[in-house]
Amino acid sequence: MILIIHAHPYPQRSRAGRALLAAVRDLPQVEVHSLYDAYPDFDIDVATEQAALTRADLVVWLHPLYWYSVPAILKHWFDVVLLSGWAYGEGGDALRGKHCLWVATTGGRASSFAETGTHQLPFHEFEAPIRQTAQFCGMVWEPPLALHGAQAVGEDEIAAAAVAFRRRLAAWPKVLADEDSPEIAR
Amino acid sequence: MMRDALVYLAAAVICVPLAWRFKLGAVLGYLIAGVLIGPWGLKLVYDVESIRNFSEFGVVLMLFVIGLELEPKRLSEMRQSVFGGGTLQLALSGAALTLAGAAAGLPWKAAPVVGLALALSSTAIAVATMRERNFLSTPTGQTGFAVLLFQDIAAIPLLAAIPLLGAGSLAAGGAELESLGWLEAAKVFAAIVAVIVIGGYLSRPLLRLVAATNLREVFTAFALLLVIGIAQIMSLVGLSMGLGAFLAGVLLASSEYRHALETDLEPFKGLLLGLFFISVGMAIDFGLLVTQPGRVALLLLGFLALKLATLWLTARIVGVTPRQRWLFAILLSQGGEFGFVVFGAAQAARLLSDEWAGLLNMIVAISMATTPLLLLLHDWQQARSECARGKKVEADAIDVRQARVVIAGFGRFGQIIGRLLFANGIGAVVLDHDPDQIELLRKFGYKVFYGDATRLDLLRAAGAGEVTLIVNAIDDIEDSLRLADIVRENFPNLKMIARARNVTHYVELRSRGVLLIERETFEAALKAGRYTLEALGVDRFRARDMANIFRRHNIADLEALIPVFSDEASRVSAAKAGRAELAALFARDRKQFESEQSGQDWQ
Repeated sequence: MILIIHAHPYPQRSRAGRALLAAVRDLPQVEVHSLYDAYPDFDIDVATEQAALTRADLVVWLHPLYWYSVPAILKHWFDVVLLSGWAYGEGGDALRGKHCLWVATTGGRASSFAETGTHQLPFHEFEAPIRQTAQFCGMVWEPPLALHGAQAVGEDEIAAAAVAFRRRLAAWPKVLADEDSPEIAR
Repeated sequence: MMRDALVYLAAAVICVPLAWRFKLGAVLGYLIAGVLIGPWGLKLVYDVESIRNFSEFGVVLMLFVIGLELEPKRLSEMRQSVFGGGTLQLALSGAALTLAGAAAGLPWKAAPVVGLALALSSTAIAVATMRERNFLSTPTGQTGFAVLLFQDIAAIPLLAAIPLLGAGSLAAGGAELESLGWLEAAKVFAAIVAVIVIGGYLSRPLLRLVAATNLREVFTAFALLLVIGIAQIMSLVGLSMGLGAFLAGVLLASSEYRHALETDLEPFKGLLLGLFFISVGMAIDFGLLVTQPGRVALLLLGFLALKLATLWLTARIVGVTPRQRWLFAILLSQGGEFGFVVFGAAQAARLLSDEWAGLLNMIVAISMATTPLLLLLHDWQQARSECARGKKVEADAIDVRQARVVIAGFGRFGQIIGRLLFANGIGAVVLDHDPDQIELLRKFGYKVFYGDATRLDLLRAAGAGEVTLIVNAIDDIEDSLRLADIVRENFPNLKMIARARNVTHYVELRSRGVLLIERETFEAALKAGRYTLEALGVDRFRARDMANIFRRHNIADLEALIPVFSDEASRVSAAKAGRAELAALFARDRKQFESEQSGQDWQ
C-alpha cells in the first residue's frame, strides 16, 4: 500500500499539489491522508496514523515547501507520530525497510536554488533534513520529486509532472530507473 | 384600602428580606408578616376574609404559570407518577389521618373528610419552596409536583361530597340529588370544554392580535383577563379555579407567547401569593393556643408525625432515593390551602363543629409555618452528616487523589469538566443540589456534597479555603453570581473559572472580577459554524481560520462592551459598530488571503 501524507492548509488554493494528488488518487493501492483536512485543530490521531504507516510499504510526503521546510502540521505529524520506541530508538523499527518518497512543490525557480541564487543554497541542501528524518527511521530514501517555480510554469508542465508522479506510483513496488523519473526542472 | 396596602407592603418588605437573611425562606417571612399585622399581632388589619379571597387569586396565577412551564408532552409522561404516586399518597395519608381523627373524637362522617383534607398539601408552599431551592426540576421534585397535582384534582370531588355527607342534605331525596348531579355534571363538562377551547384555540390568535399592538400593558392586561376569566368559568360551576388555570397554562405551554405570559404575570403572581401567605398568617387563631394549648400541640404533633410517616412511605414505594425521602416528606408535610376551604364547607354543612373547624384551621396554618422550620432542621442535619461523611472519605482517599479543584454545579456543563479531571486522576470536590446525581458519583468514590454551593459553610466544608481553583458551573444565573461574590469576599486567592449563560451574565461575572469566563454555547456554536462553512465547500483549515478570527473579534467586542453595558443606547451603538468592524475585518482577511494566494499559486 502507498500512503500519501498530504499537507496543504488550503487545498482549494493549491494548483500544483492538487494536480499531483489528482493524478494518483484513483490508483488502487494509494491511500491519501490530507492532514489539514483530517486534523484542522492539529489533533492528530496518532494510533490511526501509525496503523496506516504500518500497512504502507511506500510513504509519500506531498506538500509545498514552506520556509525551506515542511508545513507546520507535517512537522507536528513528525513530532507526534514518529515516536521513540516506535519509529526510532530501542524497539523502534515500525518503519524499517519501508520506502519514502518526498514530493515537494516550490515557489522559486530551479535556478534560484544555487549558491548564486536567491536562496543561496542548492536544493539538495534543503532536502537533507527531510531525508535524514526518513532515514533515521530506517526508511529507504527514494529519489525525490520536486516541482520548482510552480507559480511560473504552465499547465502543460504541471501536467507533465503529474504524469511522471503517476508513473512512479503506478509502477510501485518496481523502483523505476533514474532516467524514467527525472527530477522535474531541477 | 390605601392604608391596608401600605400595611401589607411594609410588612412584606420588612419581614421577607429578614426571613431570607436568616435562611427561613420567603414563605415563612410572609406568614410571620401576617401574624405581626393580624388580629393577634399589632391589629393593623382586621378584614382577613376579604383579603384571603382576593389573594387566593395568587394561587390561581401560580398554577397557571406552572401549567405554562409544563408542556403537554411532559405532562403525559408524568401521567403515571401523578396517578400512581398521587393516589398512593392520598390513600396512605388519608387513611392514617382518618383513623387518627376518629380516635381524637371526630364524628364518623366527618373523620374521612377531615382525614382526606389534611392529606392535601399546600401547592403554594411546596412549589414555592422547591423553586427557591432549585429543586423542582429534579426527579424527586417532579414526583412531589405530581403528587401535588393529583391532590388538586382530588380536592374537587372531596368538596363536592361534603354537602352529600352534611347534616343538612340528609333530608333531601335521593332522586332529587341524582337529577341535580346530572345537571351539575353537564355544567362541569361544559366548563372544562370552555377552558380547553379558550386555552387551546381562542387565546392564541387573540394573543397574536394583542401582541401586534406592541402595547405591553395591554398584553399584560389580556394575560390577566385570560386567567381571571378561566378562573371565573371554573368557579361558576364549583370547580377549582386553580385547576382551570393550570389546564389553560398547559394548553398555552407550547405557544410562542409562553415566555411573554410568564414574565408579565410573574410580579402579580409573586405579590398575590405573598398576600395569600400573609392572610394565612393573620388567620391563625392564637386564642385557641391560649385556651387549649395542650390539645393544639397534641393534634399538631400527631398530624405532622402521621403525615410525615405516610409521605416517607410513599416516597419509598415510588422509588425516591433514600437520601431524599425525608426532604420529600417535609416539603409536602403541611396542610394545604384546600384544607381551609374544605373545613369551611364542612362547617357550613354542619359536618364539623365550630370548635373543630377552628382547631383544624389553626393546625393547617401552623403546619404551613413548620415546613420551613423542619427544612432548616433537615438542612442542618444533612450538612452535619455530609461533613462527617466528607471527612471519612477524605481520610482514606486523601493520598490517592488530593482534591485541588471545587466544581460548583454538576449539570451538563460541570459534568464534562469533572469527567475530564477525574479521567486524568485530578481530584475535585463537587457541589450540587441534585441528589440523584450525587448518589451516583458517590458510588464511584468521588467526594460530592449535596447542597447549595452559594452557602459559605458548605464551601468551607468542601475545602474552598485550601484548593487553588473553583469551577463555577452553576446553571442558575443568580446563584452563579452569588457564588462569585462569596468567593471574592471570603476566598480572595481562589481562582475562578466560570460558565456564563449569556452575555449579560458574562458581563456581570467580569464586573465581579472573574477573569476566566466561557459562554456555555459559544464554542459549540462556533464549531457548528465551522461545519457549516465546511459543508459549503470551504477547506477545513480555512474554516478554522475564519472561526478563529471571529472568536478573537467577538471576545474583544464583548470586553469593549463591558464599560458601556448598563447603558442601552451605547450598547446598541457599540454592537452596531462591532458588527461593521467584523465585516471589515473579514473583508480585509479575504483580500489578504486572496492576494497571498494569487501571488503564490505554485502551491
